[in-house]
Amino acid sequence: MANNRRVVITGLGIVSPVGNTIATSWEAIKSGTSGIENIEHFDTTNFSTKFAGLVNDFDAEAVGINRKDCRKMDLFIQYGIVAAEQALKDSGLVITEQNATRVGTAIGSGIGGLGLIEQNVHNFAKGGARKVSPFFVPSTIVNMVAGHVSIRNNLKGPNIAIATACTSGTHCIGQSARMIAYGDADVMVAGGAEKGSTEMGMAGFGAAKALSTRNDEPQRASRPWDKDRDGFVLGDGAGVLVMEEYEHAVARGATIYAELVGFGMSGDAFHMTSPPEDGAGAALSMNNAIADAGITADQVGYVNAHGTSTHAGDNAETAAVKSVFGDHAYKLAVSSTKSMTGHLLGAAGAIEAIFTILALKDQILPPTINLDNPSEGCDLDYVTDGARPVSMEYALSNSFGFGGTNGSLLFKKAD
Amino acid sequence: MSNFEERVKKIIIEQLGVKEEEVKNAASFVDDLGADSLDTVELVMALEEEFDTDIPDDEAEKITTVQAAIDYVVSSAE
Repeated sequence: MANNRRVVITGLGIVSPVGNTIATSWEAIKSGTSGIENIEHFDTTNFSTKFAGLVNDFDAEAVGINRKDCRKMDLFIQYGIVAAEQALKDSGLVITEQNATRVGTAIGSGIGGLGLIEQNVHNFAKGGARKVSPFFVPSTIVNMVAGHVSIRNNLKGPNIAIATACTSGTHCIGQSARMIAYGDADVMVAGGAEKGSTEMGMAGFGAAKALSTRNDEPQRASRPWDKDRDGFVLGDGAGVLVMEEYEHAVARGATIYAELVGFGMSGDAFHMTSPPEDGAGAALSMNNAIADAGITADQVGYVNAHGTSTHAGDNAETAAVKSVFGDHAYKLAVSSTKSMTGHLLGAAGAIEAIFTILALKDQILPPTINLDNPSEGCDLDYVTDGARPVSMEYALSNSFGFGGTNGSLLFKKAD
Repeated sequence: MSNFEERVKKIIIEQLGVKEEEVKNAASFVDDLGADSLDTVELVMALEEEFDTDIPDDEAEKITTVQAAIDYVVSSAE
């Protein structure tokens, strides 16, 4: 980062379609396991898409969220809290009255509490204003993961939540790094949370023709860069990182997973939901991250792509990687872990930052599954033959959202 | 009467996430059962739903204890 305060990652937490711990999720990703399944929590008869990446065996009570609390929190909030508690525990950081004002949180969401919005609208339609829950607003608004994480852990530093569609998680992490570098905080608990697989979520993205309709083969539906791809697969979950100023982490003997050395952003200025063919906005975002880190493009060994499995998006990102890296685009590896998790919208950037960090730490490239026949122009190394060992120092993670909002995080292997 | 009492207590246990033995008739929702102002609003809504009735706001404000809830339900059923 531009400032001389360095930012390192000292804790990780996840709730996802491929597992509810870092260990199980990372194992599933490395073994190329799909977390996509049929939706059973509502009747999908009249839905064009009947599957998603769902969270299973989720236990909010394990972190002390009791039944009464659960009713006041949409599931996206519960997912976010559980991921944050995991990350904090993993970091070993103890919050005291002395350091509380220097520890903040930035956990966003693309949509927020869609499920409870639907339920309250239903109650309103049936019984009018009197039937709307007093918890309707605080149980659904986007910033309430950050709110609860702060309340539960006494975090008195910056408390924000960025809502930039599918780039929310990435932007929260990147802006948290900026806040630490600038001096607003020494530690930030940062990431994203989402529970979009509700009736309106599936109906809305379905109506926009954004979702794969491969109902006969759900686990083969998310197939980034494949010529037979037909849209993205919605996913649920949350990812949270504990991000910390380097000297602060060293002083307390924390385990450092990786360093966040660069953050880039851009806007497509093009279309509500589609990127330009040449991926110019994506390229600018990656170039800004590389410039922020003060390295050269050929030092990057891996790109964890946005790679959603949509026609326009996958081609544009490939074009962007070629324009940023030139000949080096054919030497580095590019993969999409969304081929296994589905697209977690506002949580996508957060769980993908985690996989990128673990790729650096373990020196292993996570694979892209279901890529049988690359689409025309998609001729990069997408890691299609399973996870593989690698020697690399830098890795990028991309997120691009509706509205043409882009973000790229550039991580460096820990010293 | 006892049936009303049982149903009211069941709602309170469910809504406030408290144990059966804590729900004494004299218990106050806020002081004894850990409810905040929003919890009590939702509790009244749950009572309306269970007993298929509308509780006016000025009456709802008086329902601050387990006994008050039972009394209201019993009297409105009469």
